[in-house]
Amino acid sequence: MFLQTNLTHVNSAAEWQKILDENENVMICCGRMGPMCIPVYGIMEELEEEYKHVKFADMLFDSPEAHVIRNAPEARGFMGLPFTFYYKNGKVVKATSSIQNEDQIRSILDQHLAPSK
Amino acid sequence: MHNEHFDAIVLGAGPAGLTAAIYLSRARIKTLVLNQGTVGGQMILTHEVANYPGVEHVSGYALANIMKKQAKEFGAVLKTVRTIDDIALLADKKTVSVNGDTVYTADVVILTPGGRSRTLGVPGENRFKGHGISYCATCDGEFFTGKEIVVVGGGNSALEEAVSLTKYATKVTIVHQFNHFQGFQHAIDEALNHPKIEVMTETVVNEFYGDERLEGVMLRNLKTNEVKPFATDGVFVFIGYQANTEGLNGVVELNKWNEIVVDANMQTNVEGVFAAGDAIAKRFRQITTAVGDATTAALAASAWLHERKRERKPAFANS
Repeated sequence: MFLQTNLTHVNSAAEWQKILDENENVMICCGRMGPMCIPVYGIMEELEEEYKHVKFADMLFDSPEAHVIRNAPEARGFMGLPFTFYYKNGKVVKATSSIQNEDQIRSILDQHLAPSK
Repeated sequence: MHNEHFDAIVLGAGPAGLTAAIYLSRARIKTLVLNQGTVGGQMILTHEVANYPGVEHVSGYALANIMKKQAKEFGAVLKTVRTIDDIALLADKKTVSVNGDTVYTADVVILTPGGRSRTLGVPGENRFKGHGISYCATCDGEFFTGKEIVVVGGGNSALEEAVSLTKYATKVTIVHQFNHFQGFQHAIDEALNHPKIEVMTETVVNEFYGDERLEGVMLRNLKTNEVKPFATDGVFVFIGYQANTEGLNGVVELNKWNEIVVDANMQTNVEGVFAAGDAIAKRFRQITTAVGDATTAALAASAWLHERKRERKPAFANS
């Protein structure tokens, strides 16, 4: 089962690791097809072309494999979907809980996932 | 500054904006769709659309993507996730300034800005969003299993979601600003008679407090003006929708609810400016009504453009 978005779907912990290994900058939105999550997927789809140096992906929150995000220390205290994680060189540089707007997402991308010079 | 001219600009890319774009571009009208957010508007939040004629079941997300594809295939240009700096519609040539570096002009404009969920706008709301404050019971209810929570609001959504949250929470307190509820009687009865639900009327949330996560709310009693803390593990906010018309104040006529006033042809009080969708003054807000309004707006805008071009065409001199 996967999310009905146009983003790259992360279906397993192994795929999650592969994406982190192969991409310097990664944003993964872990959620469901609900009203708090869908706007975030939509923004990610819109930003994909602009932020070519960032790999955008999603992961189904209810998949057992999503433990890599659900149980991450950075998600402690999170009480709202989606859990959105930003990785640089495989390390979490930022994580957010619940819906975020475009300005908030852009701000994190610009601050934490800037392209290498 | 980059300048580009279109015959028509559609502001907004929900079902109304996309429908207008489909009709305009199919009529060979050079059309630009400008949107501050993502394509689809409120429609993408609908898990399953089961009452869109001709389509048995489709997700709002999928329907939005189909409409977007149709609009693009007919030639509409879609520019989304843009920051709209200024809108000037009074002159013959309408202008929309975007992202601080681009000015789009057009002869006709269709406004389809849609609506959004209201937030409380009180201190702490942004800080604790996702850390105790939620706007979706279906999405986040399970995070509050075994906890005591607050639901803010007094309409059908608040009442129904309060009942649905009793599946998870041990106690739900509904905080509502009026002394009566605005929901349907059956929804009011179900909530008020539920053993896990308590009600605090004529009370508003003044502030959210906590450390790493939400620990409580400051509640103000509107009768006594007394403010006191109320410990809670979570707050769900359901206080209705509002039209996205902030940038249109003083640009076109709005009613007291900040909805755009239109005539039967979806024309606003400004010549060459039409409007459709959830942001116009009307009673029913559905995908189908947005699509219907937008069809009227696009056809009326096409006719208006045609008339205008005919008036401007120089007459042949008989020789």
